[in-house]
Amino acid sequence: MPDTILVVVEQREGKLNRVSWETLTAGQAIAAETGWTLEAAVVGGSVATLASEVATKKVAKVHAVESPRLEPYTPDAFVAALKQFLSSKKAKLVLMPHTYQVRDFVPKLATAMDRTVISDCIGYKKEGDKLVFTRQMFQGKLAADVSFACDVPWFVTFQSGAFRGDKVEAAAAVAPVETVKVEIAENVVRNKPHEVFKEAKQAVDLTQAEIIVSVGRGIKEQKNIELAKQLAEALGGELAASRPICDSGWLPMDRQIGSSGQTVAPKLYLALGISGAIQHIVGMKGARTIIAINKDAEAPIFEIADYAVVGNLFDIVPPLIEEVKKAKVGS
Amino acid sequence: MKILVCMKQVPQKDAPLKLNESSAWIREDVSYEVNEPDAYALEEALRQKEKHSGEVVVITAGPARSRQVLREALAKGADRAIHLEDPGFVGLDAVNTARAFAAAIKDEKFDLIFTGLQSDDYGYAQTGVILAELLGWPHATIIMQIEKSDSGIRVKRELEAGYFQFVDMPLPAVLTIQSGINKLRYATLIGIKQAKNKPQRKVPLAEVQPALGSNMQKIERLYIPQKTKNTEFLEGSPGEVAKKLAEKLRNEVRVL
Repeated sequence: MPDTILVVVEQREGKLNRVSWETLTAGQAIAAETGWTLEAAVVGGSVATLASEVATKKVAKVHAVESPRLEPYTPDAFVAALKQFLSSKKAKLVLMPHTYQVRDFVPKLATAMDRTVISDCIGYKKEGDKLVFTRQMFQGKLAADVSFACDVPWFVTFQSGAFRGDKVEAAAAVAPVETVKVEIAENVVRNKPHEVFKEAKQAVDLTQAEIIVSVGRGIKEQKNIELAKQLAEALGGELAASRPICDSGWLPMDRQIGSSGQTVAPKLYLALGISGAIQHIVGMKGARTIIAINKDAEAPIFEIADYAVVGNLFDIVPPLIEEVKKAKVGS
Repeated sequence: MKILVCMKQVPQKDAPLKLNESSAWIREDVSYEVNEPDAYALEEALRQKEKHSGEVVVITAGPARSRQVLREALAKGADRAIHLEDPGFVGLDAVNTARAFAAAIKDEKFDLIFTGLQSDDYGYAQTGVILAELLGWPHATIIMQIEKSDSGIRVKRELEAGYFQFVDMPLPAVLTIQSGINKLRYATLIGIKQAKNKPQRKVPLAEVQPALGSNMQKIERLYIPQKTKNTEFLEGSPGEVAKKLAEKLRNEVRVL
């Protein structure tokens, strides 16, 4: 029997998280290269419909892992369910998206099974018989190829955007769905989660902005935000920021770009004094053109920039505002 | 409340990093600082203690240089420190780091353990959750608020895309703390003076070695990421650079 790759897709309140398709694309690519069988699992209270949705993609089988205790999500219930399921479903490789939910339970699951997780990977390589997984280190300044030095199952999580969700292959024939009922005792679940909520109505929808001028730590002081604002206004764009700026209260939280804020794909993303931490990059790497101004020549933001300026933003932005204004008048 | 805060020393954010000879780690002659989310975890522990009284203990694993993290924490108000001191702790994977912490605190009784939500060097985002599992405690991750309740605590978890969730949980528990949960304090001069007299326990690698296993994952190689984009660097005086940028905005990006 060939080895199995199992992709655990993510659902929340009856909806598949889109990033699940990216992980499935990764699973299909690894399956094609290794000859291993690809299967998927959906975990939740009642997930037959979602399992059928996944079964339209190129997978050998979809498992609907169900228990009433899996709704709402808790790490205790998810670990109990997956540990039980993986004791009968022998998988070599277990893939999941690196979401906040997966981060919440997968290290616990792997530890409970005396295994490890290579987390937040951006790719993989097959080197002879060996599979290595690429992950970013030191906030993206360096990359590492990491291999497993333990028995299977091997747990891997992939960063959002590492694979193309729209490239997931459809099935020639719909895959069979198998329901797996798991038993979770009442006292297993210790956390009592309340309803999910949004803090405040989002005042600014940055996802619709064509031009975004974004500021990071390099702006140094709150009063300097004004400079970035003037540039945004001259360009007719929106002002945004990386997390530390919003944490400091210099701009409201609803202007934050990144994994905990908004994910944007504007025509132009102009990053001022943003180093490019992974959590920020995942929120803006889809921009058509990225311009970065940063005094640190080794800032990771330059890895993904189309145009880069190594220099002091306080020297460059004022004449840039003037040039933009001139061009606007001339056009 | 008796709270343990797990802290880590990491290279400074803008420190230029160089690979060592083996190309499996960085050259260690760089400047270090406390991992930012850990600083927020410490601050939150100090605030909880100010509200409910108790004790704040800080722990770190690393070579002699990492004692600086503990010194700063003691100066800010932590009561005592535990230092798992050995260069060998740097190469442990998340499971072994958690095992080492669990072994070092086996005779203690904490109500809460805080970690930062992830480290700026490895970026595993795992050690806190693994520690909870090893101790058999419940956990919650990416926490933005902690309130004591009758039966334990109520925490506010940050979810993605601006969503949040309150969770009730019993004690003892492990929480991973998100940056921005509070405003960081500075150490006072008195605090820095007092820190010198606060208890610090050194734990040699040999003391926790029996609890460790071999690493279950291995860094095969570390390298400077290959660029996926063809980045054009614009150079010149600020005025010249501004002109070049405006020209790109007009002719290439077409937004002017």
